[in-house]
Amino acid sequence: MLKTKEVDLVVVGAGPAGMAAAVAAAEAGVEEIVLLERQAELGGILPQCIHNGFGLRFFKEELTGPEYAHRFMLELTKHPGIKVKTAAMVVTITPERQVVTTSAAEGLVCYQARAVILAMGCRERPRGAINIPGTRPAGVYTAGSLQYLMNIEGFLPGRTAVILGSGDIGLIMARRLTLEGVQVKAVLELMPYSNGLSRNVVQCLEDFQIPLYLSHTVTAIYGEKRVEKVRMAPVDANLKPVEEKGFDLDCDTLVLSVGLIPENELSLQADVELDPATGGPVVDSFYHTTTEGIFACGNVAHVHDVVDDVSTESALAGQMAAAYLRGELKTDRWLAVKAGRNIRSVVPQRIMVGQATPLYIRAAFPEKNALLHVGQGESKQRVVSPGETIYYTVKPEELPAADGFVEVSLEGGEG
Amino acid sequence: MTELICTVCPMGCRVRVEQDEAELIITGNRCPRGLTYAREEITAPKRVLTAVVQMAGGDRMLPAKTMTAIPKEKIFPAMEEIKAITVRPPVTISQVLIEDLAGTGVPFVATGTILSDEESVNKDG
Repeated sequence: MLKTKEVDLVVVGAGPAGMAAAVAAAEAGVEEIVLLERQAELGGILPQCIHNGFGLRFFKEELTGPEYAHRFMLELTKHPGIKVKTAAMVVTITPERQVVTTSAAEGLVCYQARAVILAMGCRERPRGAINIPGTRPAGVYTAGSLQYLMNIEGFLPGRTAVILGSGDIGLIMARRLTLEGVQVKAVLELMPYSNGLSRNVVQCLEDFQIPLYLSHTVTAIYGEKRVEKVRMAPVDANLKPVEEKGFDLDCDTLVLSVGLIPENELSLQADVELDPATGGPVVDSFYHTTTEGIFACGNVAHVHDVVDDVSTESALAGQMAAAYLRGELKTDRWLAVKAGRNIRSVVPQRIMVGQATPLYIRAAFPEKNALLHVGQGESKQRVVSPGETIYYTVKPEELPAADGFVEVSLEGGEG
Repeated sequence: MTELICTVCPMGCRVRVEQDEAELIITGNRCPRGLTYAREEITAPKRVLTAVVQMAGGDRMLPAKTMTAIPKEKIFPAMEEIKAITVRPPVTISQVLIEDLAGTGVPFVATGTILSDEESVNKDG
């Protein structure tokens, strides 16, 4: 017989999002919180992100990933109401907020929660997701697993590497490999622009003269036991490789940094509606999902550029879950966001009327000197790029008076 | 004119630097840190270096960083010193591992805590 425990709040995942949400909920007066983490250690991805650049917005100082995680671990210990369960895997979440976990320490346990915060984060797209032809040798890594191997376990993957994808983790790993003596021959990017933060292009590639090939991709992997070389080629306007212009690069390691996918299998079990543009749950200004009493925040909701935004957003979700538990949250009056010209995604997808809502907006393509429109609100954007979040806090008076939707668009930009 | 991307924080401000006789004219920065960054980046570029250090007897690495930025040309000599050391547990966050890294005068400090060899084993079972 499955043991059932009744609790106020269950937080699923103890990375930056789950830790911030649990702390904020405790500070807002929630007495009984269970924080569940499948890894043996708290912090999610942060312990392996040994580079600096974290915390400038949230703590107003520059920290490394482990230091950033440490701050929140200290906060957690100040709140006896937060019960942390590590090495506890959540296997089921029902729409009625039953959360079933399995762990070596306690076996199967079912928590009946009055509110749930989803904070499972995201995972990397692997080789299979982008269908690179060729053999299947050792030496092909996703950037995040390579980061774990190098920074936590202390392994070097090879001697010469090619990196596919110029997202932040790919750029960071180009520098890490170089510092450890691995020759990084090239970083390839399918798109005509980098998907990473500009600072990472400067600090990780330009500092070490690592060539960045925009509009290029890997078309084949060669090698029997071990990667021996990869074939790369430029792509045309439709992103199709121009095979006759292809050439080979000798290397023993291929690193893939080709995107992150919010991890929402549990959300779907709980009947949470997902937004195809973000891959995460549809949320309102309170980070409440479409399932009563279930909230979502951090990279499970949408992939963030910087962890500071994850902490800010998740603290808000924690406060809102506390308000929900007090019966004070009114979630019925909202306007749906409609993505207009050059908008890939907007979070939250539902804006509550009568209050200010900070928005995380992602452009569909890069352009200069565009004007951002959000309802009646406007803001000049000197440079927009899909790799960098556009921030805009929409004020209540900028929302349309009638019910319906709020249009978000970028207008009048130049290539 | 040189256009730099400020790397002090993830904002990525595009800072323009112009040489007007003896003076540098800096525009486009959204905060005072951008001014300092642009001036330094043109005259003497510096970087915070982060790396991992071998732990004696342990099977996990200790993360560490330079307390402040070091000259860019010192990065590889610094890495040689970092790779040569082994640290004995316990180590706590902010503990100094190397007093003066590669002659920069800047200490190299732990950014994580590793209490014992068994620390990587899950405490909760």
